[in-house]
Amino acid sequence: MNASIERDYPLTPRWLTLFGWGALAFLLLSQVLGVLTSPPDRDMGDLQKIMYVHVPSAFMSLIGYAVIFVFGILYLVKRDLRYDLLAASAAQVGAVFAAATLVTGSIWARPTWNVWWTWDARLTSMAVLFLMYVGYLVLRAFTEDEIRRARWSAAIAGLGFINSGIVYMSVKWWRTIHQMQSTPGTIDPAYVRGFRMNIIAFLFVFAYFVISRYRVARVVRDVEARIEERALAPNAENVHA
Amino acid sequence: MSLSSEFARARAIAWKDLTAERRTKANFNAVLFFTALILLLFGFALGPDQQALREAAAGVLWLTVLFGGVLSFNRSYEMELEGGALEALLLYPGDRRALFVGKLIANLAFLVLIEVILVPVAAILYDLPLLSGGGFFGVLLLGTIGFVTLGTFYAAMASRVRAREVLLPLLLFPMLVPLLLSAVEATKSLLVGNLMGDASSWVRLLVVFDVIFLVATFFAFEYVIEE
Repeated sequence: MNASIERDYPLTPRWLTLFGWGALAFLLLSQVLGVLTSPPDRDMGDLQKIMYVHVPSAFMSLIGYAVIFVFGILYLVKRDLRYDLLAASAAQVGAVFAAATLVTGSIWARPTWNVWWTWDARLTSMAVLFLMYVGYLVLRAFTEDEIRRARWSAAIAGLGFINSGIVYMSVKWWRTIHQMQSTPGTIDPAYVRGFRMNIIAFLFVFAYFVISRYRVARVVRDVEARIEERALAPNAENVHA
Repeated sequence: MSLSSEFARARAIAWKDLTAERRTKANFNAVLFFTALILLLFGFALGPDQQALREAAAGVLWLTVLFGGVLSFNRSYEMELEGGALEALLLYPGDRRALFVGKLIANLAFLVLIEVILVPVAAILYDLPLLSGGGFFGVLLLGTIGFVTLGTFYAAMASRVRAREVLLPLLLFPMLVPLLLSAVEATKSLLVGNLMGDASSWVRLLVVFDVIFLVATFFAFEYVIEE
């Protein structure tokens, strides 16, 4: 059994391993460069450094939901389950980045605004986005039939994608009606290079994670299918397996 | 299938659901008393200060509607699932979206009836000047339409999996954030009056939300129900 799995599912292909190491190296380089080359911010001091983790994570969580949406549509058009597995992989990775965004945002808010949480438009929208990721993943976990799961996931991703824009708009509106809120404004040129590099580095990491999750998802799906097949059609050879 | 026969099918579904509900009343009574209970509990939790209660009333009222509604949506599909009748319904010729529209209408009627009783109770408990703001009823209806639209849609999935009781709110409530915000803000400025409140822009947001999701769920329902 083991041998046959290894034959059918070769261990991580060489290009993916290289890509993963490359992404890691580039990430480390971007982080070090971003932290070392940027001068302390006038108001925030070294607190500003968290931007190189926080903002790219936020971007990835937004991109993640767009990726789920696109693969969901592709699944509905082509009816190929691989698109569904890709969407699910992007959801898992996107949820992690959304959580990272919330945690780093909270850590940053404590010394800056003197609270762990504030009902800021972006922070609040990110919390809603995170919950939409969770809902998507929980529904998948509870739905057993894979075709049904794929269709439902695509439908949920579609509505969630539409909603994410409305959520941001409404929360922003809600806050601005109540109080004027200071916005970070544009980034000083001194930070731009480190910022850009980290966005790209996070994109690589994101892609690596999604591809890896996708490969695992395919293997899991295939093994489950085999187990089911074997359970339905037992023969002498496999009775003890 | 002509449009009018689709309407007839939707009406038949709505009539069937409402008749089943009218004859048992089990669900209606349970949800009604549950929502009244929540109103009371919020009152206890927020304290007896009359002014504070009035300030919080719009939020309390909408959360109560949300909690009550989320209990009733799954039920609307469970009736069919228990007898395996959903498959039979799906076998009928014609557009399956008629099924969605029918259930939506039934759920809407159900929730509006709950509100007809609930809102006066809230007005008494929280000292709200109901009659001074006629626009409030429009806001109530708009908010309920959006809520029921998404609720009926998500219940079509949630009612058919394990852990449906927790799955439906988990899927539904994050989607309702814009609706809750605009409904509460509009209600607040209409009933309590606040200086910066601008009900009309929130009402516009409610209308946009309702239209977008009525259209989106109408088209997405096919993918949810097909087997």
